[in-house]
Amino acid sequence: MAQVKNRLTPFFENITFERDDNELILNFGPQHPSAHGQLRLMLHLQQEQIVKAHPDVGYLHRGMEKMAENMIYNEFMPTTDRMDYIASSSNNYGFALAVEKLIGLEVPRRAKVIRMMLLEINRLMSHLFWLATTALDIGAMTIFLYAFREREYLMDIIEGYCGARLTHAAIRIGGVPLDIQDSFLQQLRVFLNKLPQNIKDYEDLLDSNRIWLMRMEEVGVISTDMALSWGCTGPMLRASGVAWDIRKEEPYELYDEVEFNVPYSDKGDNFARYRIYMEEMRESAKILYQCIEMYEKCVKDGQTELMAHAPKYISAPKLDIMTQNYSLMQHFVLVTQGMRPPVGEVYVATESPKGELGFYINSQGGPYPYRLKLRAPSFWHTGILTDLLPGHYIPDVVSIIGTTNIVFGEVDR
Amino acid sequence: MRAYKPKDNVQAKAYYTDRYYVAPQVPKSDVSEDKVFAADLEAIKAKFEVKEAYIQVEQMVIYINAHDIYGVLELMRDELEYTQLSELSAIDWLAKSNQFEIFYQMLSMTKRKRVRVKYFIENGQAVDSVEKLFRSADWAEREMYDMFGIEANGHPFMKRILMPYDWQGHPLLKSYPLEGDEFAAWYEVDKIYGKEARDIIGPELRDTARVDRYDSERFARLGFEVPKGTEITGDEERHVESYQEEDGVFLIKKLDKESSKVIDDPQR
Repeated sequence: MAQVKNRLTPFFENITFERDDNELILNFGPQHPSAHGQLRLMLHLQQEQIVKAHPDVGYLHRGMEKMAENMIYNEFMPTTDRMDYIASSSNNYGFALAVEKLIGLEVPRRAKVIRMMLLEINRLMSHLFWLATTALDIGAMTIFLYAFREREYLMDIIEGYCGARLTHAAIRIGGVPLDIQDSFLQQLRVFLNKLPQNIKDYEDLLDSNRIWLMRMEEVGVISTDMALSWGCTGPMLRASGVAWDIRKEEPYELYDEVEFNVPYSDKGDNFARYRIYMEEMRESAKILYQCIEMYEKCVKDGQTELMAHAPKYISAPKLDIMTQNYSLMQHFVLVTQGMRPPVGEVYVATESPKGELGFYINSQGGPYPYRLKLRAPSFWHTGILTDLLPGHYIPDVVSIIGTTNIVFGEVDR
Repeated sequence: MRAYKPKDNVQAKAYYTDRYYVAPQVPKSDVSEDKVFAADLEAIKAKFEVKEAYIQVEQMVIYINAHDIYGVLELMRDELEYTQLSELSAIDWLAKSNQFEIFYQMLSMTKRKRVRVKYFIENGQAVDSVEKLFRSADWAEREMYDMFGIEANGHPFMKRILMPYDWQGHPLLKSYPLEGDEFAAWYEVDKIYGKEARDIIGPELRDTARVDRYDSERFARLGFEVPKGTEITGDEERHVESYQEEDGVFLIKKLDKESSKVIDDPQR
């Protein structure tokens, strides 16, 4: 059946692509390869300079908040993978932590250490992916291949842990489902020992590269006020002069026990953001080394618990379910009907690789959340393009979108 | 008689709740227990009416009047160092009280504190835009309008953000079904092929995992499947599905070297 073409009129019915005032309207995306997903930008141009930018999002909208209202809490966990699919464990973790705060659970220490390792591996994966794609957008193909090679090692480690490479669903409400595999620590050490040299390689290729500097320095400058006003978080905020890292300021898990620095810059341009991503990779590696020690100490101390003990909310270990009648009954009710958290509401923010990932949950005591709001950092990092792009030139659009590190699974949810 | 289904909340419901079940509460504590929050609350109370205030899960929650929101957020930003509006959105209480609850999630980086400012509005009432205070409210209020139909007075560009501009209905309302409504089912068909193609194409099924057990053309005709729309005559050819192992797995029980052929050249 043939499509009736003239039915597909554009939404902007007053669009003329060239006006009398010599202003050109450029439709950038939604399928532009450097739009990092499904971003459509309406750019008003005077010659090559942008005078007005209008980001249009929603092409990947799946209604996750609506889905959450129709799912029991554990059912929703794999859906969170599809938000920031570059670092999906951090979404799993944000949701799990919010529900744990709601029901007031304390997670066993060994599970906390494993979660921290997963979170930092995800941060490294995300930053490597960012470096690769941004460099590719700007034209540095070599970096893309190097960074993806390193990311592949990390994905292998994660795959060994949970069986998935991209959508991990590796964290449960109340802990983690599995202990790490035998080769995990050894593989991680091998990777971490190589990482400083790898990062140095990237920096040797980029830091004094004339093209890279021209595309990055003094381009896309975000002032502190603008970053705060637009709700920027994570590297976007830290590059604009605010040393705010939720891991440091409102520590969750065991982040108050590990030692790491929060890199920040007051430049606010693309290059500052690039430097912060590179430094954060080093800090993640530092945290991971400490996590390995903490894990080994857990093993030595005989802490084997991986899930919190809360029969009202969390199923018993598999062995109990298979051998004890009451555990089996609890498990049956929790799987078929779902846990029923107390009446109340909670907003929990965690530091995902992109920024502040917040979960607001309003529970009315039922097995489904009454309202769940996902606060995704990329949503605001896309919004800021409205104010950031005017005054720049067309080639800058690509490098600015690159350094904002937006992921559309998260913007559109 | 058909079972009564409430129209104002069509979301998933627990199919069984113990009639004696009393849901526990997330503990709330008094604001005076935290010095920083208590001081902030005093400063707000000096200028605006605060209906209720408490601390829940380490964050202060305050209820104010709807018309005070701009003033309260301005005070919090300029004098109390709550420099970031992390999030704002609504909760649909239309089925219960014909109201929306609006919440603003504020963050102070110098004090390391988070406050949730809340108020209720009636159905159909608009909120005051805080876009002049926090640019992040620009997109957040658009999203709230898109999802709930709550308009913000004084917003520079009150258009949908996630759904298409010509969409009808507001998806996060409790009265909006998960699979979409009548409009959603025909949206793409109407737009791309025209209304006259509705009979040929059929409505869009947004639950792709759904199996229609009354679909006698395709689902129930195992072995005699036909393409959709084909006239069924009854003498369709049978598609035989067979598997490699159907006649037993091929195994050499006793290898006879004499009668077997040895392949020397691996390329053959």
